[in-house]
Amino acid sequence: MTGYIIRRLLVAVIVTIGIAVISFLMLHYLSPSPVYTVLGAKTTAAAAAAWNRSHGYDRPEIAQLLTYLGQLVRLHFGYSYKLDQSVSALFKENAGRSAYLTLAALLLSLLVAIPLGIAQAVKRNSLGDYTATAINFTLYSMPSFFLGLILIQFLALDLGIFPPTVSDAVTTTWQAFTHPLQLTLPIVTLAAINVASFSRYMRSSALDNLAQDYIRLARAKGLSERSVLFRHLLRNACLPMITLIGLSIPTLLAGNLLIEVLFNYPGLGLLFYNALGTQDYNILLAYTVLGGILTVVGNLIADVAITVADPRVRL
Amino acid sequence: MTDPLRPVIEGMAGPDGGPGVQIPIQETPDGGDVYVVSSGWRLALREFMDNRLAVVGLAVLVFFVVFCFLGPVVYHTNQSLFNPLTTDLPPGSGHPLGTDEHGFDELGRIMAGGQTALVIGFFASFIATVIGTLWGAIAGLAGGIVDGILMRIVDILLSIPYLLIVLVLATKYSATVFDESMIIGLFAWLVPARLVRGEVLTLRERDFVNAARVMGSSRTRLVLRHLIPNALSVVIVNVTFQIADAILILAYLGFLGFGLQYPAASWGDMLGNAQQYVSSGYWWLVYPVGACLVAVVLACNLVGDALRDALDVRLRRR
Repeated sequence: MTGYIIRRLLVAVIVTIGIAVISFLMLHYLSPSPVYTVLGAKTTAAAAAAWNRSHGYDRPEIAQLLTYLGQLVRLHFGYSYKLDQSVSALFKENAGRSAYLTLAALLLSLLVAIPLGIAQAVKRNSLGDYTATAINFTLYSMPSFFLGLILIQFLALDLGIFPPTVSDAVTTTWQAFTHPLQLTLPIVTLAAINVASFSRYMRSSALDNLAQDYIRLARAKGLSERSVLFRHLLRNACLPMITLIGLSIPTLLAGNLLIEVLFNYPGLGLLFYNALGTQDYNILLAYTVLGGILTVVGNLIADVAITVADPRVRL
Repeated sequence: MTDPLRPVIEGMAGPDGGPGVQIPIQETPDGGDVYVVSSGWRLALREFMDNRLAVVGLAVLVFFVVFCFLGPVVYHTNQSLFNPLTTDLPPGSGHPLGTDEHGFDELGRIMAGGQTALVIGFFASFIATVIGTLWGAIAGLAGGIVDGILMRIVDILLSIPYLLIVLVLATKYSATVFDESMIIGLFAWLVPARLVRGEVLTLRERDFVNAARVMGSSRTRLVLRHLIPNALSVVIVNVTFQIADAILILAYLGFLGFGLQYPAASWGDMLGNAQQYVSSGYWWLVYPVGACLVAVVLACNLVGDALRDALDVRLRRR
């Protein structure tokens, strides 16, 4: 077990370095130096060259890459010349709000998807099962922003229950937490997209488990259906969800980006989106690398968690 | 099989739905329970056509191909010149789906946008499938250190959230249909590479491949006649999902403002200002195009699911 974790950690470190190298080279290829951002587009070539020299942008790429990797180890994500702030400070400011949105949506989607998947498996091929499958399939094929637009139209504009975008007054994570009406639509939209894929897996996992002998045994010894479902089926059927949550981190990040843009909610995704418009490459690089690291960490935690949770998975 | 007198007349269907060899039936002694198993592909086709949802999905796809490519031939609209006199008209006579903020007819624009969505979807998934199949096949066949290096590269690229890479590249390259297909396709080959490698690894050890090898098949024949046809089912299923994903990503790019250059249209670009349309009450600029988008992606997913079921040999009735 310890050997396995150490081996997985080593691979994770190598993959993380690879992510940083590839992202750096790609962004560096798109924008070799931020000089024209700092000095303005009309600056002379000589002034630009001098600035590049004094800030190290004239060195060979490999040297710049090594410097970047060295900074990354110390959690320096570079400097945003457009916003005149270090990227780490910007991330620190926005990460809480994004994390709140992501975690709330993840929690909500699990709370819906797990019971829904089990109910669909228990009453398989019923009208309810078909309806839920149809809705899930449609949601799964729907761009998240389009679902958000529909919700804005009906719940915000027509019925006026929720605000169509998150108010500018919500500036801290705590405010986001204490103003549930402001955040309801973004959380629900993000969660609905996750429910679509989670409940499909949950349904098939529950179906597999329902056919197993231990369920038959539990029923044969006279346990109530409720006890069979909640004490026996639930725990076993949820195991694949651990892996699924780990794998869904890139999707959550991407979903976050679209939802934050749609609802104008100031998080990391909106920061990234604005950086795309202003071509603020250090923010783009940092968020891409951060996304990669979160993916690696998510997979790692999921793999370790599944070996802890499932005694059959012993390595 | 146990009775040596009884002729074996089962078609030698490839174990994974590969093309089988049909042995003609000469005679049926003692009229036993003798039947002919048709070739893998024909069985898969029958299985697919039995799936009503899949047939509906296929019909929707065919409809959209006809609607988007032949529609403009019948329904002429101006899609290149700005017309300030006809902006934001609600649906009515002359404009069945109204007009957008540039004065373009919305129905004609949906057709034009559908063309780009379908072309980019197919082109991007083609690029991804070709690269992925070659990459995975080379890794699976070579094995050892080559396999290790090739697959670690896949692991690394797969860890970077796909939408982020595509968006970063789209800041520079998203103006033309070719550019968008390339940036979408160039980072979508990772999943097919993994699938094909896995398939090649299992196929390599299968009895029918060993049998072919023992019978003296050359390496080329082994790859062309046995490995590729049998790995093809996995690739085909993946292509349909790739098309769906490419069309979704294209919509995201358009919505976020990294779409095609004017006057080219795509469904995502048309939804780029959707938020303002919704708050201004211009519903005809949001829901028809959104519904088309969902319908095409849903149809691709339904067809893909049915193909997976039809080509999955374990679930197949024999």
